[in-house]
Amino acid sequence: MRRITMAIATAATLALGVAACGGTGDSGSSNDGAPVSKGTKLEAANITLWVGFTQRELGVVKDAVKQFEAANPQVHVKVVGGINDDKIIAASRGGKSPDVAQSFSADNAGAFCGSGAWINLKPYMDRDGISDAIFPPAPRAYTQVDGTRCALPMLADAYGLYYNEAMFKKAGLSGPPKTVSQLVDYAKKLTVKNPDGTLKVVGFNPDMGWYSNTPANFGPMFGGKWVDDQGKSTLGSDPAWAKLLTWQKQLIDWYGYDNLVKFQAGLGDEFSTSNAFEKGRLAMNVDGEWRTAFIANEVPNMQYGTAPVPVDDDNQSLYGGGYTTGNIIGIPKRAQHKEQAWALLKFLATADKAQVLLSNGLRNVPTTASSAKSPDLKPDAKFETFLKIFGNSHTTTTPITAAGSAPQELFNSFVDKWQAGRVKDLQGGLTDLDKQIDAQLANAQGEQVP
Amino acid sequence: MAPWIVGFSVFIAYPLITTVYLSFTHYDLLEPSRWIGLANYDYMFSHDKQIWPAIYNTLWLVVIMVPLKVMFAFGVALMLTRARAGVGIFRTIFYLPALAPPVAAALGFVYILNPATGPVNGALRLVGIDGPLWFNSPTWSKPALTLLLLWGVGNTMIIFLAALVDVPRSLYESASLDGASAWQRLRWVTLPSISPVILFAAVVGTIEALQLFDQAYVGATVAAGSASSAGDPSNDLGYPENSTLFYPVLLYQQGFRFFNMGYAAAMAVLLLVVSFAITMFIVRNSRRWVHYAGVGR
Repeated sequence: MRRITMAIATAATLALGVAACGGTGDSGSSNDGAPVSKGTKLEAANITLWVGFTQRELGVVKDAVKQFEAANPQVHVKVVGGINDDKIIAASRGGKSPDVAQSFSADNAGAFCGSGAWINLKPYMDRDGISDAIFPPAPRAYTQVDGTRCALPMLADAYGLYYNEAMFKKAGLSGPPKTVSQLVDYAKKLTVKNPDGTLKVVGFNPDMGWYSNTPANFGPMFGGKWVDDQGKSTLGSDPAWAKLLTWQKQLIDWYGYDNLVKFQAGLGDEFSTSNAFEKGRLAMNVDGEWRTAFIANEVPNMQYGTAPVPVDDDNQSLYGGGYTTGNIIGIPKRAQHKEQAWALLKFLATADKAQVLLSNGLRNVPTTASSAKSPDLKPDAKFETFLKIFGNSHTTTTPITAAGSAPQELFNSFVDKWQAGRVKDLQGGLTDLDKQIDAQLANAQGEQVP
Repeated sequence: MAPWIVGFSVFIAYPLITTVYLSFTHYDLLEPSRWIGLANYDYMFSHDKQIWPAIYNTLWLVVIMVPLKVMFAFGVALMLTRARAGVGIFRTIFYLPALAPPVAAALGFVYILNPATGPVNGALRLVGIDGPLWFNSPTWSKPALTLLLLWGVGNTMIIFLAALVDVPRSLYESASLDGASAWQRLRWVTLPSISPVILFAAVVGTIEALQLFDQAYVGATVAAGSASSAGDPSNDLGYPENSTLFYPVLLYQQGFRFFNMGYAAAMAVLLLVVSFAITMFIVRNSRRWVHYAGVGR
């Protein structure tokens, strides 16, 4: 706590210091936030790119940057890996700012856009004739706030269902479940219990909060909407959420909550070689496209398949969609070389060549519609499932707010109690949760909560 | 200007005043702060449904964990003063956990108390007891954290040890000559003699309890099975069921994950006021039971 208090104090000190110093680094022809006229030659410059990637993945990014440098030899790019959002935020307040910054947290786009910490890219896009229609709806949504496009998507994650084909075969099941009732049926058939009643293998774990199981990932199964047109939380007013939670709780109760918690506690870490799906302790699991690369590396002989998440029996048209989120990339307002920064950003986020190279190297979903269809993408039927999910019109993302991931975290907290059986009035609880989230968002924007 | 004034101004006064100022503003770390009056405090007391569980959990630590910690540290120190052989080794063994980084210690305890594979529940199973869910249970998560904090009580234990060996032998000899039993010597000689140290341990323990963060954060996210990265919204702060959502954890969530630093500053101000009030309460009440050598009551 003492460290947090000091951090607040230090942050405040820094902020006041910066405010007292006034704006810096916003002058010069290519540095005032306004693009130069079309056709102007890109001047020589040394620029810096901050990314969150490390080790092997950082090497992939550097390979893509080398292609940019080959096409623009007058621009030299220094790539710095291992950057998190705390560093990006600190650089926005003072000190040396990168020219281009990449973040793993699309949830924080609201803060970067709303505050002006990252510049509006629309003037550059308009000048160069780049429409944001080249991105599917979900990544288009999570890279802008209230009409301000301060970021572009640079690779995405899409979530689908992984299923163990060997276990399916043994249980006499032929293909993935497409509806939630099938999912429950399959889960029960695939579950194996020990003689003492504890769980040995779980068909499907519906516990949200564990591994990548979140309301965000499960929401598309029932078509749950997070907010209305006014940005107000709709977890209580959209019946899809209550339906999802009721369905989920029934399956948890079939396992027994305590039994399931004990089972989970005995499993390995999600991002280790002891991952429960890879170890054969789970027959089906909702996970991101990256798992295909993990499996190829860690258990290459595993027989498994991928499919979209099963959907509500009463709304089967949802099938094919899923949840997506991804990396965002933008230009901090204190960047020294904005034109060169835009050229690099444009290359990494919109050029098929770069998107394909990054996708093949990182096994993430490319974020432009054209690159997702590129013949140069490494062929992989299991990965291709996620390309289809990403491009599906029913695929959704979480709302971008000025309060970061607040709606998701408050929902997680509610679901935590619900699935343990501590919420007696689900509808009343969800309605209260809406009020809580709206109040949190209002306070986080400096508004008086009514 | 004396050097201490520079240090006090830069490291204490200015940050403190700034924090108080920020508590009356909207501040998202990225834009300049904007004055909003008492809105943060209004939100805190009227709308924030997470703050009351956070306050309850933190006060639970103050009321339950702090006395246990003081008693445990005192008990271990007392045992060490009685040891006939290998005192140096035992001192080292009991002190060593205090050197463990909080994150590593929390990871270790989540493993030891794992309800499925942990050795503690494994041992309990051998004697026919179905052990608790520990960090995965809202009933047992705080006791599990308390065990972790008791394990790392070495610093307090060393201070008690120093105080105990400092109690004049002559007092024990006089008490023995007067027929005092072991309990009476402890109650009427040892405890009064080391009472200033007990007060110190209580105050420091209370402040540490009010500031608990690392162990709670790591314990919750690892036990939830969602500890992938710090900024991941799937990380379940307060798991299970907000039972480990301590005040500093909520402050962190508001300030660094919800970009709500003005509100976090208001929470910090409240924490400061409460810490001061509790400390003053302890110190004022201590006049009745703390004895300073050479000072009359």
